[in-house]
Amino acid sequence: MRWRSFIPLALFAALAVALFVGLDLNPRIIPSALIGKPAPALDLPPLPGKEPGLVAARLRDGEPTLVNVWASWCGPCRIEHPQLMALAEDEIIRMIGINYKDRQANALRFLAQLGDPYEAVGVDATGRTSIDWGVYGVPETFILDGAGRILLKHVGPIREEDLEEKILPAIAAAKRGTEP
Amino acid sequence: MLPEIGNFALVLALVLAIVQSSLPMIGAQLGNRQMMAVAEPAAFGQFLFVAIAFALLTHAFIVSDFSVLTVVANSHSAKPMLYKISGVWGNHEGSLVLWVLILTLFGAAVALFGRNLPASLRARVLSVQAMIAAGFLLFMLLTSNPFLRVIPPPPDGNGLNPLLQDPGLAFHPPFLYLGYVGFSMAFSFAVAALIEGRVDPAWARWVRPWTLAAWCFLTIGIAMGSWWAYYELGWGGWWFWDPVENASFMPWLLGTALLHSAIVVEKRDALKSWTLLLAILTFSLSLLGTFIVRSGVLTSVHAFATDPTRGVFILALLVVAIGGSLALFAIRAPALKGGGLFSPISREAALVLNNWLLATACATVLLGTLYPLFMDALSGGEDKVTVGPPFYNATFVPLMIPLLVAMSIGPLLAWKRGDLPGVLQRLKFAAILSALIGLATLYLSWGGPVLAAFGIALGAWLILGPVTDAVERTKLFRAPLSQSWARARGLPRASWGAMVAHAGMGVVVLGITGSTAWTEEKITVMRQGETVTVGGYDYRFEGAEQIAGPNYSAIRGHFRASREGRDIATLSPEARSYPTPPMETTEAAIHPRLSGDLFAVIGERQADGGWAARLYFRPFLSWIWAGCILMTLGGIVSLTDRRHRVGAPRRAAQKPGTQKPGARQTAPAA
Repeated sequence: MRWRSFIPLALFAALAVALFVGLDLNPRIIPSALIGKPAPALDLPPLPGKEPGLVAARLRDGEPTLVNVWASWCGPCRIEHPQLMALAEDEIIRMIGINYKDRQANALRFLAQLGDPYEAVGVDATGRTSIDWGVYGVPETFILDGAGRILLKHVGPIREEDLEEKILPAIAAAKRGTEP
Repeated sequence: MLPEIGNFALVLALVLAIVQSSLPMIGAQLGNRQMMAVAEPAAFGQFLFVAIAFALLTHAFIVSDFSVLTVVANSHSAKPMLYKISGVWGNHEGSLVLWVLILTLFGAAVALFGRNLPASLRARVLSVQAMIAAGFLLFMLLTSNPFLRVIPPPPDGNGLNPLLQDPGLAFHPPFLYLGYVGFSMAFSFAVAALIEGRVDPAWARWVRPWTLAAWCFLTIGIAMGSWWAYYELGWGGWWFWDPVENASFMPWLLGTALLHSAIVVEKRDALKSWTLLLAILTFSLSLLGTFIVRSGVLTSVHAFATDPTRGVFILALLVVAIGGSLALFAIRAPALKGGGLFSPISREAALVLNNWLLATACATVLLGTLYPLFMDALSGGEDKVTVGPPFYNATFVPLMIPLLVAMSIGPLLAWKRGDLPGVLQRLKFAAILSALIGLATLYLSWGGPVLAAFGIALGAWLILGPVTDAVERTKLFRAPLSQSWARARGLPRASWGAMVAHAGMGVVVLGITGSTAWTEEKITVMRQGETVTVGGYDYRFEGAEQIAGPNYSAIRGHFRASREGRDIATLSPEARSYPTPPMETTEAAIHPRLSGDLFAVIGERQADGGWAARLYFRPFLSWIWAGCILMTLGGIVSLTDRRHRVGAPRRAAQKPGTQKPGARQTAPAA
């Protein structure tokens, strides 16, 4: 009879261990099914005055690419923008943008005000292309190697620490892949 | 200067909490009255100092003192005053201060009203209450200080999340916390009783009003949160089984069970260790909810900004509080003597069934909430799963059905040994009428979901059961009206409260069933002057305009709703955009009617000049809130019962087993 009164304590102990392990995990990291796979099609019209648009074939021309999905209405995109600008200034990698469900005038104003890190920007007004890429919110960033395979998917804004810890190492890996 | 005083007040409160958690406990052990007497002034002092800190933090928000980090991070000078104030608890640090304020308020209430509690029990209860306060104050001062300064102060703040700038949500957290923290009383009483090694009906009589009050607050708090989700998120839904919603719902489920099992302890001196366990677990779930919201272990739209050191600290608090109390339970509970025996068909047995079903339902919700975390932890971060409504529909709902069916039967059973055929005989009329209502629903909604008819019948049964009970006990229609009136007045308020609350649950079931089964929804593009029909109502789009709010700009659309040519209402939903922090929110326009809610949301302007619009008709939806209000009212009526009155536990008059059992046992069985 007596041991039965210990059941709640034992259950709680198990729960506490699980919670402790859980503390170290980030539930917001969601593995992408696309990692290691070729990037999906990417044929998008350009933002006016920023020709050309995006063509999938260019992703496989041997040069690594950073693909950033953004919108002018997205608050976190403003947070990550300085990091994107820094990457562009150092000319570390070719950067292209997918402008997600945005108004073109707003998108152009966003780039005029905060700076334009992108070599080219494709307009995904309906969000269809972004769905193919598995995007479920903006911003999201992909690092592709020279063969157009997705090496990394980063969900949410790129903060300064993300740049050091995730983005730059992935870019380095992408470059190693093309220049063995 | 003022923020430093606030900080100092919190430190003083912590010192008092440490004194109060040790001296009275030792005093109670030694039988030293002077040491026990420390508890009272310490409890008042703690409340006073936390209140000062809270007032000073509120002041910092009101005057927009941007040298305080919490204010910078969560307020903005252009925000309306209501949201400056609600901003105090719209963030992690400030909400903790509110949490502790309520905790110490309850402690002070025991010190104030508990003068006729046995001295040792009161000292121990206050001591346990102070331990919780000490833990949280330490947490606050070490990891989440609300009074941290910023030098130099920025010119303006970051603003409060616009989703939270809403009257419904402004008062949702205080009610929720009054509920959560209110259960700390039951917890402290349970731990004190375990230390004393004695649980008797007087103990239960003490615990019940506190639990009932906490339960009322939590009911209102959850309803407010759900109401907010309904009109602010603009999806027309009102419950999403989100981890944070579940975090508030689990203590409600177990608190409901506790409320009922405490009756058995009080009336029959039975189910003691189970009731103690429930009291501990109910508050433990409140603490677990705090952990879930503030540690970032689960993703949720409601989660506060998180920080790993905070998570570790709260987990440590959890282990000490829950682990400690459960260890105490494991050691001491077997020594508690069981009380009155009862047959499998009796009011006690019905309440045991209630407890089992509620506890199992709570366990399924807990499993569903934590399962993603377990999978994540076991797979080392590889397996990400989410648990959604299908899980709860398959597990929680089937558990609720027998509970709801039994809800109308249990209260009519006698204590000790009940007469089930007799009770069913008395409920015959209610059962037949409910079945007829269900059949009528089936006929009227032919082709619709069959389960809906069952839901409506169940709702009717839940209302008709207590009505039958009331009619019988007042001998309405069988005795002269004056005599029925006299009988009605003579019935204990607690009985009336129970009937109202049970019927309120029925109203909720009707609301849930109606709004789930027969909602009509249209998502279209409308041009000015166009009319769309949803749920029998014609919505004419009268156009949209740009408006400027106090700290946002918005598109406001106008829909004139009519039915068969008769004007019903004009709905003016808004799509707002806030500059700080930049965010867009939808403000649905809702016109509640008894038969259902008219619900309109305005979307984006289309290239062709039309506007995206979502129009709903949600039958019976406002019945959900009405039912929640009825349940709370039932709780309040019950609280006004003389026998529950806080501070009037007639311990001396207490002879277990012979106390007045209320009017129930003397009522005729047929």
